Amino acid sequence: MIVNRFLQKDNNMGIIKTDKLVFEYIRRDEEGNVEGITRAVDEVDIDVKQGDFVAILGHNGSGKSTLAKHINAILYPTEGAVWVDGMNTADEKDIWNIRQEAGMVFQNPDNQIIGQVVEEDVGFGPENMGVPTEEIWQRVEESLKAVGMYEFRKHSPNKLSGGQKQRVSIAGVIAMHPKCIILDEPTAMLDPNGRKEVVRAVRALNDVEGITIVLITHYMEEIIHADKVFVMDKGKVAMEGTPREIFSQVEKLKELRLDVPQVTLLAHELQKSGIDLPDGILTIDELVQALSRVSQVMQKCKERR
Amino acid sequence: MIRDITLGQYYQADSVIHRLDPRVKLVATICFIISLFVVESWIGYVIAALFLAAVIKLSKVPFKFMVKGMKAIVFILLITVVFNMFLTPGEALVTVWKLTITKEGLRLAAMMAIRLSFLIIGSSVMTLTTTPNSLTDGMEKLMNPLKAVKVPVHEVAMMMSIALRFIPILLEETDKIMKAQIARGADFESGNLVKKAKAMVPLLVPLFISAFRRANDLAMAMEARCYRGGEHRTKMKPLQYKRRDGFAYLTLVCYLTVCVLSNYIL
Repeated sequence: MIVNRFLQKDNNMGIIKTDKLVFEYIRRDEEGNVEGITRAVDEVDIDVKQGDFVAILGHNGSGKSTLAKHINAILYPTEGAVWVDGMNTADEKDIWNIRQEAGMVFQNPDNQIIGQVVEEDVGFGPENMGVPTEEIWQRVEESLKAVGMYEFRKHSPNKLSGGQKQRVSIAGVIAMHPKCIILDEPTAMLDPNGRKEVVRAVRALNDVEGITIVLITHYMEEIIHADKVFVMDKGKVAMEGTPREIFSQVEKLKELRLDVPQVTLLAHELQKSGIDLPDGILTIDELVQALSRVSQVMQKCKERR
Repeated sequence: MIRDITLGQYYQADSVIHRLDPRVKLVATICFIISLFVVESWIGYVIAALFLAAVIKLSKVPFKFMVKGMKAIVFILLITVVFNMFLTPGEALVTVWKLTITKEGLRLAAMMAIRLSFLIIGSSVMTLTTTPNSLTDGMEKLMNPLKAVKVPVHEVAMMMSIALRFIPILLEETDKIMKAQIARGADFESGNLVKKAKAMVPLLVPLFISAFRRANDLAMAMEARCYRGGEHRTKMKPLQYKRRDGFAYLTLVCYLTVCVLSNYIL
Protein backbone atom coordinates (compact mmCIF):
# COMPACT_ATOMS: atom_id res chain seq x y z
CA MET A 1 0.00 0.00 0.00
CA ILE A 2 1.13 3.47 -0.72
CA VAL A 3 1.02 4.61 2.90
CA ASN A 4 -1.60 6.78 4.45
CA ARG A 5 0.52 9.87 4.44
CA PHE A 6 -1.97 11.41 2.03
CA LEU A 7 -4.72 11.06 4.56
CA GLN A 8 -3.63 13.95 6.71
CA LYS A 9 -6.10 16.62 5.84
CA ASP A 10 -5.26 20.25 5.88
CA ASN A 11 -8.60 21.97 5.83
CA ASN A 12 -7.35 25.52 5.75
CA MET A 13 -6.31 25.74 2.14
CA GLY A 14 -7.55 23.38 -0.53
CA ILE A 15 -5.06 21.35 -2.47
CA ILE A 16 -6.32 22.88 -5.70
CA LYS A 17 -7.60 26.39 -5.76
CA THR A 18 -8.35 28.67 -8.66
CA ASP A 19 -8.99 32.34 -8.29
CA LYS A 20 -10.96 34.08 -11.03
CA LEU A 21 -9.24 31.88 -13.60
CA VAL A 22 -9.57 33.09 -17.18
CA PHE A 23 -8.10 31.43 -20.23
CA GLU A 24 -8.40 32.75 -23.76
CA TYR A 25 -7.54 30.98 -26.98
CA ILE A 26 -6.48 33.37 -29.69
CA ARG A 27 -7.62 32.26 -33.10
CA ARG A 28 -5.44 33.35 -35.99
CA ASP A 29 -5.92 33.19 -39.73
CA GLU A 30 -3.23 31.91 -42.10
CA GLU A 31 -1.24 35.17 -42.04
CA GLY A 32 -1.20 35.15 -38.27
CA ASN A 33 -3.65 38.00 -37.81
CA VAL A 34 -5.89 37.75 -34.82
CA GLU A 35 -9.30 36.55 -35.98
CA GLY A 36 -10.96 36.39 -32.66
CA ILE A 37 -10.59 35.44 -29.04
CA THR A 38 -12.38 32.53 -27.43
CA ARG A 39 -12.80 32.51 -23.69
CA ALA A 40 -12.50 28.85 -22.86
CA VAL A 41 -12.48 29.38 -19.12
CA ASP A 42 -14.23 32.38 -17.69
CA GLU A 43 -13.66 33.53 -14.10
CA VAL A 44 -13.71 30.13 -12.53
CA ASP A 45 -13.31 29.81 -8.76
CA ILE A 46 -12.98 26.29 -7.48
CA ASP A 47 -11.56 24.97 -4.27
CA VAL A 48 -10.78 21.30 -3.83
CA LYS A 49 -10.03 19.89 -0.39
CA GLN A 50 -7.31 17.31 0.19
CA GLY A 51 -8.73 13.80 -0.02
CA ASP A 52 -11.88 14.77 -1.86
CA PHE A 53 -13.34 13.11 -4.90
CA VAL A 54 -14.41 15.94 -7.15
CA ALA A 55 -16.17 15.60 -10.48
CA ILE A 56 -16.30 18.21 -13.19
CA LEU A 57 -19.15 17.85 -15.63
CA GLY A 58 -19.92 19.59 -18.85
CA HIS A 59 -20.72 18.92 -22.46
CA ASN A 60 -18.17 19.34 -25.27
CA GLY A 61 -16.57 22.74 -25.40
CA SER A 62 -17.60 23.75 -21.90
CA GLY A 63 -14.00 24.39 -20.93
CA LYS A 64 -13.56 21.48 -18.56
CA SER A 65 -10.45 20.04 -20.25
CA THR A 66 -8.89 23.46 -20.49
CA LEU A 67 -9.45 23.89 -16.79
CA ALA A 68 -7.82 20.52 -16.11
CA LYS A 69 -4.71 21.43 -18.08
CA HIS A 70 -4.25 24.47 -15.85
CA ILE A 71 -3.98 22.33 -12.75
CA ASN A 72 -1.01 20.45 -14.21
CA ALA A 73 0.65 23.67 -15.43
CA ILE A 74 0.36 22.61 -19.06
CA LEU A 75 -1.59 25.79 -19.72
CA TYR A 76 -1.09 29.08 -17.90
CA PRO A 77 -3.92 31.40 -16.93
CA THR A 78 -4.57 34.47 -19.06
CA GLU A 79 -5.93 36.14 -15.94
CA GLY A 80 -6.35 34.99 -12.37
CA ALA A 81 -4.29 32.26 -10.73
CA VAL A 82 -4.17 28.57 -9.95
CA TRP A 83 -2.63 27.16 -6.78
CA VAL A 84 -1.70 23.53 -6.33
CA ASP A 85 -0.76 22.67 -2.76
CA GLY A 86 0.06 26.28 -2.14
CA MET A 87 2.25 26.68 -5.23
CA ASN A 88 1.27 29.09 -7.97
CA THR A 89 1.34 27.37 -11.36
CA ALA A 90 2.56 30.54 -13.02
CA ASP A 91 5.76 30.25 -11.00
CA GLU A 92 8.38 28.76 -13.33
CA LYS A 93 10.52 27.29 -10.55
CA ASP A 94 7.75 25.18 -9.03
CA ILE A 95 6.54 23.72 -12.30
CA TRP A 96 8.12 20.28 -11.85
CA ASN A 97 6.90 20.02 -8.27
CA ILE A 98 3.40 20.88 -9.41
CA ARG A 99 3.49 18.28 -12.15
CA GLN A 100 4.66 15.70 -9.66
CA GLU A 101 2.00 16.54 -7.10
CA ALA A 102 -0.85 16.86 -9.56
CA GLY A 103 -0.66 13.88 -11.88
CA MET A 104 -2.71 13.85 -15.02
CA VAL A 105 -4.40 11.06 -16.97
CA PHE A 106 -5.60 11.86 -20.47
CA GLN A 107 -8.37 10.65 -22.69
CA ASN A 108 -6.64 8.51 -25.30
CA PRO A 109 -4.91 5.53 -23.68
CA ASP A 110 -2.70 4.90 -26.72
CA ASN A 111 -1.26 8.38 -26.80
CA GLN A 112 0.00 8.55 -23.24
CA ILE A 113 1.85 5.26 -22.84
CA ILE A 114 5.53 5.75 -23.55
CA GLY A 115 7.12 2.46 -22.59
CA GLN A 116 7.10 -0.67 -24.68
CA VAL A 117 6.55 -2.83 -21.62
CA VAL A 118 3.95 -2.05 -18.96
CA GLU A 119 6.47 -1.82 -16.11
CA GLU A 120 8.76 0.47 -18.12
CA ASP A 121 5.91 2.83 -18.77
CA VAL A 122 5.00 3.02 -15.10
CA GLY A 123 8.67 3.69 -14.34
CA PHE A 124 8.82 6.60 -16.79
CA GLY A 125 7.58 9.23 -14.34
CA PRO A 126 9.93 8.30 -11.48
CA GLU A 127 12.82 8.08 -13.98
CA ASN A 128 12.14 11.67 -14.99
CA MET A 129 12.07 12.75 -11.38
CA GLY A 130 15.48 11.23 -10.77
CA VAL A 131 14.34 8.58 -8.29
CA PRO A 132 17.06 5.98 -7.54
CA THR A 133 16.76 2.70 -9.46
CA GLU A 134 15.77 0.46 -6.55
CA GLU A 135 13.05 2.82 -5.43
CA ILE A 136 11.69 3.01 -8.97
CA TRP A 137 11.16 -0.76 -8.93
CA GLN A 138 9.45 -0.56 -5.58
CA ARG A 139 7.16 2.24 -6.74
CA VAL A 140 6.31 0.43 -9.97
CA GLU A 141 5.33 -2.66 -8.05
CA GLU A 142 3.15 -0.71 -5.59
CA SER A 143 1.41 1.30 -8.28
CA LEU A 144 0.68 -1.66 -10.50
CA LYS A 145 -0.76 -3.52 -7.52
CA ALA A 146 -2.89 -0.52 -6.57
CA VAL A 147 -4.67 -0.60 -9.94
CA GLY A 148 -4.68 -4.39 -10.16
CA MET A 149 -2.36 -4.64 -13.16
CA TYR A 150 0.64 -6.29 -11.50
CA GLU A 151 0.33 -9.59 -13.35
CA PHE A 152 0.53 -7.69 -16.66
CA ARG A 153 3.83 -5.97 -15.84
CA LYS A 154 5.81 -7.78 -18.52
CA HIS A 155 3.19 -7.33 -21.25
CA SER A 156 3.33 -5.01 -24.20
CA PRO A 157 0.80 -2.17 -23.82
CA ASN A 158 -0.37 -2.79 -27.39
CA LYS A 159 -1.86 -6.09 -26.37
CA LEU A 160 -4.01 -4.71 -23.52
CA SER A 161 -7.66 -3.64 -23.63
CA GLY A 162 -8.61 0.03 -23.39
CA GLY A 163 -9.57 -0.21 -19.72
CA GLN A 164 -6.31 -1.99 -18.88
CA LYS A 165 -4.26 0.59 -20.78
CA GLN A 166 -6.01 3.36 -18.88
CA ARG A 167 -5.26 1.61 -15.58
CA VAL A 168 -1.60 1.41 -16.61
CA SER A 169 -1.69 5.15 -17.26
CA ILE A 170 -3.14 5.70 -13.81
CA ALA A 171 -0.41 3.49 -12.31
CA GLY A 172 2.15 5.60 -14.19
CA VAL A 173 0.82 8.65 -12.39
CA ILE A 174 0.60 6.99 -8.96
CA ALA A 175 4.25 5.96 -9.23
CA MET A 176 5.13 9.63 -9.05
CA HIS A 177 3.44 9.78 -5.61
CA PRO A 178 1.10 12.63 -6.42
CA LYS A 179 -1.21 14.23 -3.90
CA CYS A 180 -3.95 14.54 -6.45
CA ILE A 181 -4.78 13.03 -9.80
CA ILE A 182 -6.66 14.82 -12.52
CA LEU A 183 -8.39 12.52 -14.95
CA ASP A 184 -9.42 14.23 -18.17
CA GLU A 185 -12.25 12.11 -19.58
CA PRO A 186 -10.36 8.88 -18.95
CA THR A 187 -13.34 6.75 -19.96
CA ALA A 188 -14.48 8.56 -23.09
CA MET A 189 -12.89 6.06 -25.45
CA LEU A 190 -13.69 2.91 -23.49
CA ASP A 191 -16.48 0.36 -23.64
CA PRO A 192 -18.85 0.05 -20.64
CA ASN A 193 -16.73 -2.66 -19.00
CA GLY A 194 -13.54 -0.66 -19.38
CA ARG A 195 -15.33 2.35 -17.91
CA LYS A 196 -16.34 0.38 -14.85
CA GLU A 197 -12.80 -0.96 -14.37
CA VAL A 198 -11.31 2.52 -14.50
CA VAL A 199 -13.88 4.12 -12.24
CA ARG A 200 -13.46 1.32 -9.71
CA ALA A 201 -9.67 1.79 -9.72
CA VAL A 202 -10.04 5.54 -9.28
CA ARG A 203 -12.48 5.17 -6.39
CA ALA A 204 -10.18 2.70 -4.68
CA LEU A 205 -7.34 5.19 -4.88
CA ASN A 206 -9.49 7.81 -3.28
CA ASP A 207 -10.85 5.51 -0.55
CA VAL A 208 -7.74 3.52 0.30
CA GLU A 209 -4.82 5.82 -0.48
CA GLY A 210 -6.66 9.05 0.17
CA ILE A 211 -5.45 10.65 -3.04
CA THR A 212 -7.47 13.65 -4.12
CA ILE A 213 -9.28 12.91 -7.38
CA VAL A 214 -10.54 15.37 -9.95
CA LEU A 215 -12.57 13.42 -12.47
CA ILE A 216 -13.63 15.18 -15.64
CA THR A 217 -16.35 13.37 -17.49
CA HIS A 218 -19.63 13.59 -19.23
CA TYR A 219 -20.91 10.25 -17.99
CA MET A 220 -23.30 10.95 -15.17
CA GLU A 221 -23.06 7.47 -13.69
CA GLU A 222 -19.43 8.06 -12.79
CA ILE A 223 -20.01 11.05 -10.54
CA ILE A 224 -22.61 9.53 -8.21
CA HIS A 225 -19.93 8.76 -5.63
CA ALA A 226 -18.21 12.12 -5.82
CA ASP A 227 -17.97 14.36 -2.77
CA LYS A 228 -18.56 17.43 -4.86
CA VAL A 229 -19.60 18.17 -8.42
CA PHE A 230 -18.94 21.21 -10.56
CA VAL A 231 -21.00 21.62 -13.70
CA MET A 232 -19.40 23.78 -16.34
CA ASP A 233 -21.03 25.57 -19.20
CA LYS A 234 -19.50 28.05 -21.64
CA GLY A 235 -16.38 28.33 -19.51
CA LYS A 236 -18.22 29.19 -16.31
CA VAL A 237 -19.16 27.10 -13.33
CA ALA A 238 -22.90 26.79 -13.80
CA MET A 239 -23.71 24.59 -10.81
CA GLU A 240 -21.86 23.22 -7.83
CA GLY A 241 -22.78 20.93 -4.99
CA THR A 242 -23.09 17.29 -3.96
CA PRO A 243 -24.32 14.85 -6.60
CA ARG A 244 -27.69 14.76 -4.86
CA GLU A 245 -28.04 18.52 -4.95
CA ILE A 246 -27.05 18.60 -8.61
CA PHE A 247 -29.32 15.80 -9.70
CA SER A 248 -32.35 17.19 -7.94
CA GLN A 249 -32.29 20.00 -10.49
CA VAL A 250 -33.17 17.89 -13.50
CA GLU A 251 -34.65 20.76 -15.50
CA LYS A 252 -31.55 22.90 -15.13
CA LEU A 253 -29.28 20.02 -16.19
CA LYS A 254 -31.41 19.53 -19.28
CA GLU A 255 -30.99 23.20 -20.06
CA LEU A 256 -27.23 22.68 -19.92
CA ARG A 257 -27.63 19.79 -22.38
CA LEU A 258 -26.50 17.20 -19.87
CA ASP A 259 -28.04 13.78 -19.45
CA VAL A 260 -29.25 12.71 -16.05
CA PRO A 261 -28.81 9.06 -14.98
CA GLN A 262 -31.80 7.03 -16.11
CA VAL A 263 -32.96 6.30 -12.57
CA THR A 264 -32.91 9.95 -11.61
CA LEU A 265 -34.78 10.84 -14.78
CA LEU A 266 -37.44 8.19 -14.13
CA ALA A 267 -37.88 9.40 -10.55
CA HIS A 268 -38.16 12.95 -11.81
CA GLU A 269 -40.83 12.02 -14.38
CA LEU A 270 -42.77 10.07 -11.75
CA GLN A 271 -42.53 13.05 -9.42
CA LYS A 272 -43.86 15.31 -12.14
CA SER A 273 -46.87 13.07 -12.68
CA GLY A 274 -47.78 13.33 -9.04
CA ILE A 275 -46.06 10.53 -7.18
CA ASP A 276 -44.54 11.66 -3.92
CA LEU A 277 -40.79 10.91 -4.29
CA PRO A 278 -37.81 12.69 -2.71
CA ASP A 279 -35.51 14.84 -4.89
CA GLY A 280 -32.23 13.61 -6.33
CA ILE A 281 -32.55 9.86 -6.41
CA LEU A 282 -29.24 8.47 -7.64
CA THR A 283 -29.36 4.67 -7.58
CA ILE A 284 -31.78 1.96 -8.50
CA ASP A 285 -31.91 0.79 -4.87
CA GLU A 286 -32.93 4.22 -3.63
CA LEU A 287 -35.73 4.38 -6.17
CA VAL A 288 -36.95 0.92 -5.27
CA GLN A 289 -37.00 1.84 -1.59
CA ALA A 290 -38.77 5.12 -2.22
CA LEU A 291 -41.35 3.46 -4.45
CA SER A 292 -42.07 0.69 -1.97
CA ARG A 293 -42.55 3.32 0.70
CA VAL A 294 -45.00 5.13 -1.58
CA SER A 295 -46.89 1.94 -2.33
CA GLN A 296 -47.11 1.17 1.39
CA VAL A 297 -48.57 4.60 2.03
CA MET A 298 -51.04 4.09 -0.79
CA GLN A 299 -51.97 0.70 0.57
CA LYS A 300 -52.67 2.21 3.95
CA CYS A 301 -54.81 4.91 2.38
CA LYS A 302 -56.82 2.27 0.56
CA GLU A 303 -57.30 0.25 3.73
CA ARG A 304 -58.48 3.29 5.61
CA ARG A 305 -61.00 3.99 2.91
CA MET B 1 -3.00 -8.86 -42.38
CA ILE B 2 -0.85 -5.80 -41.97
CA ARG B 3 -0.82 -6.33 -38.21
CA ASP B 4 1.13 -9.54 -38.53
CA ILE B 5 4.32 -7.68 -39.31
CA THR B 6 6.57 -7.98 -36.30
CA LEU B 7 9.28 -5.46 -35.84
CA GLY B 8 12.73 -6.10 -34.77
CA GLN B 9 13.27 -9.79 -35.31
CA TYR B 10 14.01 -10.63 -31.70
CA TYR B 11 14.06 -14.35 -30.98
CA GLN B 12 13.19 -15.18 -27.36
CA ALA B 13 15.63 -17.63 -25.82
CA ASP B 14 17.74 -17.93 -22.71
CA SER B 15 21.40 -17.92 -23.71
CA VAL B 16 24.69 -16.29 -22.79
CA ILE B 17 24.50 -14.17 -25.92
CA HIS B 18 21.00 -12.96 -25.01
CA ARG B 19 22.17 -11.96 -21.55
CA LEU B 20 25.20 -10.02 -22.75
CA ASP B 21 25.12 -6.26 -22.39
CA PRO B 22 23.74 -4.68 -25.60
CA ARG B 23 26.84 -2.49 -25.77
CA VAL B 24 29.05 -5.57 -26.04
CA LYS B 25 26.93 -6.94 -28.82
CA LEU B 26 26.97 -3.65 -30.71
CA VAL B 27 30.72 -3.28 -30.44
CA ALA B 28 31.28 -6.92 -31.32
CA THR B 29 29.12 -6.67 -34.43
CA ILE B 30 30.99 -3.62 -35.65
CA CYS B 31 34.33 -5.29 -34.95
CA PHE B 32 33.23 -8.43 -36.72
CA ILE B 33 32.24 -6.48 -39.82
CA ILE B 34 35.57 -4.65 -39.81
CA SER B 35 37.42 -7.93 -39.42
CA LEU B 36 35.68 -9.28 -42.52
CA PHE B 37 37.19 -6.51 -44.59
CA VAL B 38 40.60 -6.68 -42.95
CA VAL B 39 41.39 -10.34 -43.60
CA GLU B 40 42.70 -11.18 -47.03
CA SER B 41 43.51 -14.87 -46.81
CA TRP B 42 41.30 -17.93 -46.82
CA ILE B 43 42.55 -18.84 -43.37
CA GLY B 44 41.16 -15.53 -42.14
CA TYR B 45 37.73 -16.44 -43.41
CA VAL B 46 37.94 -19.83 -41.77
CA ILE B 47 38.69 -18.08 -38.48
CA ALA B 48 35.75 -15.71 -39.00
CA ALA B 49 33.48 -18.62 -39.86
CA LEU B 50 34.54 -20.51 -36.74
CA PHE B 51 33.96 -17.44 -34.57
CA LEU B 52 30.52 -16.87 -36.10
CA ALA B 53 29.57 -20.52 -35.79
CA ALA B 54 30.57 -20.53 -32.11
CA VAL B 55 28.48 -17.42 -31.42
CA ILE B 56 25.46 -18.87 -33.25
CA LYS B 57 25.80 -22.10 -31.33
CA LEU B 58 25.94 -20.17 -28.04
CA SER B 59 22.94 -17.98 -28.94
CA LYS B 60 20.59 -20.99 -29.20
CA VAL B 61 18.82 -19.31 -32.11
CA PRO B 62 18.01 -21.80 -34.90
CA PHE B 63 20.24 -21.26 -37.91
CA LYS B 64 17.27 -20.92 -40.26
CA PHE B 65 16.41 -17.57 -38.66
CA MET B 66 19.80 -16.20 -39.64
CA VAL B 67 19.36 -17.40 -43.20
CA LYS B 68 16.03 -15.56 -43.37
CA GLY B 69 17.92 -12.30 -43.38
CA MET B 70 19.92 -13.50 -46.36
CA LYS B 71 16.82 -13.58 -48.57
CA ALA B 72 16.76 -9.82 -48.74
CA ILE B 73 20.25 -9.62 -50.18
CA VAL B 74 20.24 -12.56 -52.59
CA PHE B 75 19.84 -10.21 -55.50
CA ILE B 76 22.67 -7.91 -54.48
CA LEU B 77 24.81 -10.94 -53.78
CA LEU B 78 24.23 -12.34 -57.26
CA ILE B 79 25.03 -9.05 -58.98
CA THR B 80 28.26 -8.68 -56.98
CA VAL B 81 29.35 -12.20 -57.76
CA VAL B 82 28.60 -11.94 -61.49
CA PHE B 83 30.30 -8.57 -61.91
CA ASN B 84 33.36 -9.63 -60.00
CA MET B 85 33.59 -12.86 -61.92
CA PHE B 86 33.48 -11.33 -65.38
CA LEU B 87 34.98 -7.92 -64.98
CA THR B 88 38.19 -8.61 -63.06
CA PRO B 89 41.17 -8.60 -65.41
CA GLY B 90 43.66 -11.47 -65.14
CA GLU B 91 44.38 -15.02 -66.26
CA ALA B 92 41.48 -16.27 -68.41
CA LEU B 93 39.82 -19.54 -67.45
CA VAL B 94 36.72 -19.80 -69.64
CA THR B 95 35.66 -17.48 -72.43
CA VAL B 96 32.04 -17.42 -73.53
CA TRP B 97 31.42 -15.02 -76.42
CA LYS B 98 32.86 -11.71 -75.20
CA LEU B 99 32.78 -12.52 -71.51
CA THR B 100 35.77 -14.02 -69.78
CA ILE B 101 35.87 -15.61 -66.37
CA THR B 102 39.28 -15.00 -64.83
CA LYS B 103 41.00 -16.80 -62.03
CA GLU B 104 41.35 -13.60 -60.04
CA GLY B 105 37.70 -12.77 -60.71
CA LEU B 106 36.56 -16.08 -59.34
CA ARG B 107 38.61 -15.60 -56.21
CA LEU B 108 37.35 -12.06 -55.69
CA ALA B 109 33.73 -13.09 -56.32
CA ALA B 110 33.93 -15.87 -53.77
CA MET B 111 35.47 -13.53 -51.21
CA MET B 112 32.79 -10.89 -51.72
CA ALA B 113 30.06 -13.49 -51.41
CA ILE B 114 31.53 -14.75 -48.15
CA ARG B 115 31.99 -11.24 -46.81
CA LEU B 116 28.45 -10.15 -47.57
CA SER B 117 26.77 -13.26 -46.23
CA PHE B 118 28.88 -13.24 -43.05
CA LEU B 119 28.05 -9.56 -42.60
CA ILE B 120 24.32 -10.22 -42.80
CA ILE B 121 24.42 -13.29 -40.59
CA GLY B 122 26.60 -11.50 -38.07
CA SER B 123 24.26 -8.56 -37.72
CA SER B 124 21.21 -10.81 -37.57
CA VAL B 125 22.79 -12.55 -34.60
CA MET B 126 22.75 -9.19 -32.85
CA THR B 127 19.16 -8.23 -33.74
CA LEU B 128 17.89 -11.73 -33.01
CA THR B 129 19.37 -11.81 -29.53
CA THR B 130 18.72 -8.19 -28.44
CA THR B 131 15.33 -6.56 -27.89
CA PRO B 132 14.91 -3.30 -29.82
CA ASN B 133 14.58 -1.59 -26.48
CA SER B 134 17.89 -2.66 -25.04
CA LEU B 135 19.46 -1.95 -28.41
CA THR B 136 18.41 1.70 -28.17
CA ASP B 137 19.60 1.75 -24.56
CA GLY B 138 22.96 0.36 -25.63
CA MET B 139 23.30 2.89 -28.42
CA GLU B 140 22.48 5.73 -26.07
CA LYS B 141 25.14 4.61 -23.64
CA LEU B 142 27.75 4.01 -26.33
CA MET B 143 27.20 7.36 -27.98
CA ASN B 144 27.29 9.19 -24.66
CA PRO B 145 30.73 10.72 -25.31
CA LEU B 146 29.21 12.49 -28.32
CA LYS B 147 27.26 14.66 -25.89
CA ALA B 148 30.43 16.68 -25.46
CA VAL B 149 30.09 17.84 -29.06
CA LYS B 150 26.42 18.70 -28.54
CA VAL B 151 24.91 15.62 -30.19
CA PRO B 152 21.46 15.11 -28.63
CA VAL B 153 22.14 11.46 -27.82
CA HIS B 154 19.39 10.95 -25.25
CA GLU B 155 16.78 12.64 -27.44
CA VAL B 156 17.70 10.49 -30.43
CA ALA B 157 17.45 7.32 -28.35
CA MET B 158 14.11 8.46 -26.92
CA MET B 159 12.80 9.13 -30.42
CA MET B 160 13.88 5.69 -31.55
CA SER B 161 12.12 3.93 -28.71
CA ILE B 162 8.96 6.00 -29.16
CA ALA B 163 9.00 5.19 -32.88
CA LEU B 164 9.28 1.51 -32.03
CA ARG B 165 6.34 1.79 -29.65
CA PHE B 166 4.14 3.55 -32.19
CA ILE B 167 4.84 1.46 -35.27
CA PRO B 168 2.25 -1.21 -34.40
CA ILE B 169 -0.30 1.46 -33.50
CA LEU B 170 0.20 3.28 -36.78
CA LEU B 171 0.07 0.02 -38.72
CA GLU B 172 -3.24 -0.78 -37.11
CA GLU B 173 -4.46 2.67 -37.99
CA THR B 174 -3.35 2.28 -41.62
CA ASP B 175 -5.32 -0.92 -41.76
CA LYS B 176 -8.37 0.84 -40.36
CA ILE B 177 -8.19 3.76 -42.80
CA MET B 178 -7.60 1.37 -45.68
CA LYS B 179 -10.67 -0.66 -44.79
CA ALA B 180 -12.78 2.47 -44.36
CA GLN B 181 -11.74 3.62 -47.82
CA ILE B 182 -12.17 0.23 -49.45
CA ALA B 183 -15.67 0.23 -48.00
CA ARG B 184 -16.30 3.46 -49.84
CA GLY B 185 -15.00 2.12 -53.13
CA ALA B 186 -11.30 2.97 -53.04
CA ASP B 187 -9.11 0.67 -55.12
CA PHE B 188 -5.61 -0.08 -53.85
CA GLU B 189 -5.00 -3.28 -55.82
CA SER B 190 -5.43 -2.74 -59.56
CA GLY B 191 -3.66 -0.47 -62.04
CA ASN B 192 0.01 0.12 -62.74
CA LEU B 193 2.61 1.41 -60.30
CA VAL B 194 1.79 5.09 -60.82
CA LYS B 195 -1.89 4.44 -60.30
CA LYS B 196 -1.23 2.46 -57.16
CA ALA B 197 1.00 5.18 -55.79
CA LYS B 198 -1.71 7.75 -56.48
CA ALA B 199 -4.24 5.60 -54.65
CA MET B 200 -2.01 5.78 -51.57
CA VAL B 201 -2.34 9.57 -51.26
CA PRO B 202 -5.80 9.53 -49.65
CA LEU B 203 -4.41 6.91 -47.29
CA LEU B 204 -1.30 8.82 -46.28
CA VAL B 205 -2.94 12.19 -45.64
CA PRO B 206 -5.24 11.04 -42.81
CA LEU B 207 -2.46 8.87 -41.47
CA PHE B 208 -0.09 11.83 -41.25
CA ILE B 209 -2.71 14.02 -39.62
CA SER B 210 -3.43 11.42 -36.98
CA ALA B 211 0.28 10.82 -36.41
CA PHE B 212 0.77 14.51 -35.71
CA ARG B 213 -2.20 14.54 -33.38
CA ARG B 214 -0.82 11.55 -31.54
CA ALA B 215 2.60 13.19 -31.31
CA ASN B 216 1.02 16.28 -29.82
CA ASP B 217 -0.91 14.24 -27.24
CA LEU B 218 2.13 12.18 -26.37
CA ALA B 219 4.32 15.25 -25.90
CA MET B 220 1.76 16.67 -23.50
CA ALA B 221 1.49 13.39 -21.60
CA MET B 222 5.27 13.21 -21.31
CA GLU B 223 5.52 16.74 -20.01
CA ALA B 224 2.73 16.06 -17.55
CA ARG B 225 4.89 13.23 -16.25
CA CYS B 226 7.82 15.55 -15.64
CA TYR B 227 9.81 14.67 -18.75
CA ARG B 228 12.48 17.31 -19.31
CA GLY B 229 15.08 15.68 -21.46
CA GLY B 230 17.99 13.55 -20.38
CA GLU B 231 19.36 15.59 -17.48
CA HIS B 232 18.63 14.56 -13.89
CA ARG B 233 17.13 11.37 -15.24
CA THR B 234 17.65 8.01 -13.57
CA LYS B 235 17.17 4.65 -15.19
CA MET B 236 14.79 1.93 -14.17
CA LYS B 237 16.93 -0.63 -15.94
CA PRO B 238 20.45 0.79 -16.00
CA LEU B 239 23.05 -0.98 -18.11
CA GLN B 240 25.77 -2.52 -16.02
CA TYR B 241 28.72 -4.51 -17.22
CA LYS B 242 28.96 -7.95 -15.62
CA ARG B 243 31.85 -10.37 -15.55
CA ARG B 244 30.60 -12.17 -18.66
CA ASP B 245 30.72 -8.89 -20.58
CA GLY B 246 34.38 -8.46 -19.72
CA PHE B 247 35.01 -11.98 -20.86
CA ALA B 248 33.17 -11.26 -24.12
CA TYR B 249 35.34 -8.20 -24.75
CA LEU B 250 38.45 -10.29 -24.11
CA THR B 251 37.31 -12.92 -26.60
CA LEU B 252 36.64 -10.19 -29.12
CA VAL B 253 40.13 -8.75 -28.73
CA CYS B 254 41.65 -12.23 -29.17
CA TYR B 255 39.58 -12.78 -32.28
CA LEU B 256 40.64 -9.47 -33.81
CA THR B 257 44.31 -10.13 -33.07
CA VAL B 258 44.14 -13.56 -34.68
CA CYS B 259 42.43 -12.05 -37.72
CA VAL B 260 45.07 -9.36 -38.17
CA LEU B 261 47.93 -11.82 -37.57
CA SER B 262 46.51 -14.23 -40.15
CA ASN B 263 47.22 -11.60 -42.79
CA TYR B 264 50.93 -11.43 -41.97
CA ILE B 265 51.82 -14.98 -41.06
CA LEU B 266 50.06 -16.83 -43.83
